[in-house]
Amino acid sequence: MSHDVHVEARNEAEYQHSRRKAGQAMRNQVTVFAVMIFLTFIAFAAVQAGFSAYLVVPLVLLFAGVQVGLQLYYFMHLSEKGTGIMQFFIYSGALVAFTMVLGFVTIVWI
Amino acid sequence: MSSTAKKKGFGATIWDYLTTVDHKKIAILYLIAGTLFFVIGGIEAMLIRIQLAKPNNDFVSAGLFNEIITMHGTTMIFLAAMPLLFAFMNAVVPLQIGARDVAFPFLNSLGFWLFFWGGIFLNLSWLLGGAPDAGWTSYASLSLASPGHGIDFYAIGLQISGAGTLISGINFIVTIINMRAPGMTFMRMPLFTWTTFVSSSLILFAFPPLTVGLFFMIFDRMFGSNFFDHTMGGNTIIWEHLFWIFGHPEVYILVLPAFGLYSEIIPTFARKRLFGYSSMVFATILIGFLGFMVWAHHMFTVGLGATANAIFAVATMAIAVPTGMKVFNWLCTMWGGSIKVTTPMLYALGFIPSFVAGGVTGVMQASAPLDYQLHDSYFIVAHFHYVIVGGIVLALFAGAHFYWPIMFNRMLNETLGKITFVVFFIGFHMTFFVQHFLGLMGMPRRVFTYLPNQGLDTYNLISTIGAFLMAIGVVLLVVNVIITTIQNKPCGRDPWGDGRTLEWAIPQPVPYYNFKQTPLVRGLDTYWIEKMEGNKEGMSYAEPISDIHMPNNSIIPFVMVFGLFVAGFGALYNPDADKPWALAVLIIGLAITFGSMIVRSLKDDLGYHISKEELMNEKGGNE
Repeated sequence: MSHDVHVEARNEAEYQHSRRKAGQAMRNQVTVFAVMIFLTFIAFAAVQAGFSAYLVVPLVLLFAGVQVGLQLYYFMHLSEKGTGIMQFFIYSGALVAFTMVLGFVTIVWI
Repeated sequence: MSSTAKKKGFGATIWDYLTTVDHKKIAILYLIAGTLFFVIGGIEAMLIRIQLAKPNNDFVSAGLFNEIITMHGTTMIFLAAMPLLFAFMNAVVPLQIGARDVAFPFLNSLGFWLFFWGGIFLNLSWLLGGAPDAGWTSYASLSLASPGHGIDFYAIGLQISGAGTLISGINFIVTIINMRAPGMTFMRMPLFTWTTFVSSSLILFAFPPLTVGLFFMIFDRMFGSNFFDHTMGGNTIIWEHLFWIFGHPEVYILVLPAFGLYSEIIPTFARKRLFGYSSMVFATILIGFLGFMVWAHHMFTVGLGATANAIFAVATMAIAVPTGMKVFNWLCTMWGGSIKVTTPMLYALGFIPSFVAGGVTGVMQASAPLDYQLHDSYFIVAHFHYVIVGGIVLALFAGAHFYWPIMFNRMLNETLGKITFVVFFIGFHMTFFVQHFLGLMGMPRRVFTYLPNQGLDTYNLISTIGAFLMAIGVVLLVVNVIITTIQNKPCGRDPWGDGRTLEWAIPQPVPYYNFKQTPLVRGLDTYWIEKMEGNKEGMSYAEPISDIHMPNNSIIPFVMVFGLFVAGFGALYNPDADKPWALAVLIIGLAITFGSMIVRSLKDDLGYHISKEELMNEKGGNE
C-alpha cells in the first residue's frame, strides 16, 4: 500500500486546537504522575508505619490496581479513540487470567 | 524484483522456499510439512490398531506401545492438525481480506520454521533412544518418572514448535485487525477469516500456560527444580491444570478454523448466503470465551470436590449452545438452496452428523457423575476422535479439495475425491463408532492389549478394519494429488463457478503481490456482489495502480530456529554425566539464535518496490 507521501496542510485554527489539546494532555500526564508518586509514597509509608498486614496488603494491592489503570489510560493513551480492540483484548486477557488464578486459589491451593 | 517471475532450477527453488516470506509459499510449506507429520502420525495409528486387532497380541511391546500412542497424539494435534489449518489460513486469509501479505511476513516465516524444527526435534526421539511415553498429556506424576530422554524431547520439541504457533497466531490477529481492504468492516469479514481471528486470539491466551508448564517440566527434568515433585514441596496437579488450561482452548483453536472452512463451503455449494451470519460470528466468539472456563472437566476424577465439578460441568454444557447455533445455521443455509454436491460439499455434509455425534458424547461426559464411569475408557477415545476426525480432519480434506485451485491453480479430480470421501467416511465410522461400546464395556484407554472372550474381540477387529479403510482413503487422496500434479491442467479463476468471497476474484495463478490494486469491499460476499452486477473483473478498486512495497526474502528465520534446535540438544543432554559437551552445544545454539537476532536488528531491510510500469505490463500472475 505504497502511495505518494501525503502532506497535510493545517490552518491556524487547527494548529491552535491541536496545541491546546497537547497542552491539556501534558497537564493531565503531569497531574497523574504526581498522583502516582503520592500513591507509591502512601504504600511505602503504610509498610513503614507497621500497620497490621491485613490492612497493608489489601491497601498496597488496591493502589497497585489504581496505578495500572492510570498507567494504561493516561500514559498509554487507552482513553483515546481507536483503542477499542486493544481494550477488548486487554480485558479478555484479564478475565481469562482471573479465571485461572481463581481456579488455582480455590481448587488447588486451598 | 521481477526476477521472481523467471523459471528457476531445483536448487534455486529450494533456496526460494527456505527464504520465502510470501504467505502463499509459506502455506505450501505448512501443507507439505503438515502432511508429512500427518502420515507419520497415521502410521503410528495403524500400529496401534494392528496391535489391538486381536487379544493378547504381541505385535509391539507394552513400552513401545506407550511411545506410539504418545507420539500419535502429540504428532496429530501439534504437528499435523495445527499446521494444516495454518496452511489454509496462510493461503486464504490475506486474499479474503484483500491484503497483499500478512502483517509481519518475516515472523510468518519464523513461525513456520519454529514449528517445523520443533516437530523434527520431537520425532528424532525415535532414533535417539526412545520416544516420550507418558501420553500426549504427559501428566507430571508419570512423566517425571519416565527414564531416558523421551519426555525431554517432548518438552523441548513442543516448546520450540509452540513458540512458532504463538508467533503465527499473533501475526494473524494483527493482520486481520490492520490489513483489511477498504470497506471490509468486521461484520463483512468472511467466516473463515472470523474463525481464524478468534482461534488466533485463543492461541494468544492459551499457549502461554503451556509454555509455563513446559518450562517447569524442562527445569524439573533437566535442571533439578521441583515444581511438580510433591516430596519436595511441589504439586503434581499443577501440571494437569496448566496443561488443560492450554489443552481445552487448543481443541477450539483446531475446530474453529474447521468450522470456518465449512462456513465457506456450505454457502458456496448451497449457492445461498450464509444463514445467520451475525449469530455465527457471535457463536464463534462465545465458544472462544467459554473455552477458557471449562478446563477442569478433563479432571473430574482428580478429586477437586463436588462444587468445582458442578461448576465446570455446567460451564461445559453451556458450550453446546453456541455450537448448536452453528449447526442449525449450516442446516438453514442448505435449506432451500440449490445444492451442488461436489467433493468439498460431500465432506461438509458428512461432517454435520459426525460432529454432532461427537458433540453429544461430549455433553454426556460433561456430566461429572457419568464421567466417573467414562473417564479413561475407550468411550473418551471414541468421543474425541469423532470431534477431531469428524470435525477437523474432514474439514482439512474438504479444504484441500476446495482451496486446491487457489493454492496451486489446479483442480483435484472430483470422481476420485468422492470415492476417497466414501472410503474414508465409512472407515472413520467403522473405526470409532464401535469404540463407544468398547468403552462402555470397560476397555480402558491406552491399554496395550486385552484378554480374549471378554466381549472385546469382535469390536476391536472391526475397529482395526475401519482404520485400514481410513488409511486407504488417505492414500487415495495422495494419489489424487499426484494425478493432478502430473496432468498439470491450470483451472483458472473461480473454477467452482460459485465463489462468493474475494479470494476467488483474483486472477490465477495468484500474482506474488496478490492484488494489483487494493479492492473495495461493498458488502458480505464481495465477489458474489460484483458477479451479480455483471462486473467481469470481479472487483471494484479502492486505489489507482501505484508502486507496491514488498518485503525481501530472508534466510535469517531458518538460521535463528536452527540455533534453537541445536540448543535444544544441549539442554536435553545437560543432565547426563557422560556428555560434558552438552553445555557447550547449548551455548553455541543460543549464540546462533541471538547472533541472527542481532543481525536482523542491526541490518536495515527495507524491502523493494514493484514499479507502476512493471505492474501495468504484467497480465496475470507469475509462475
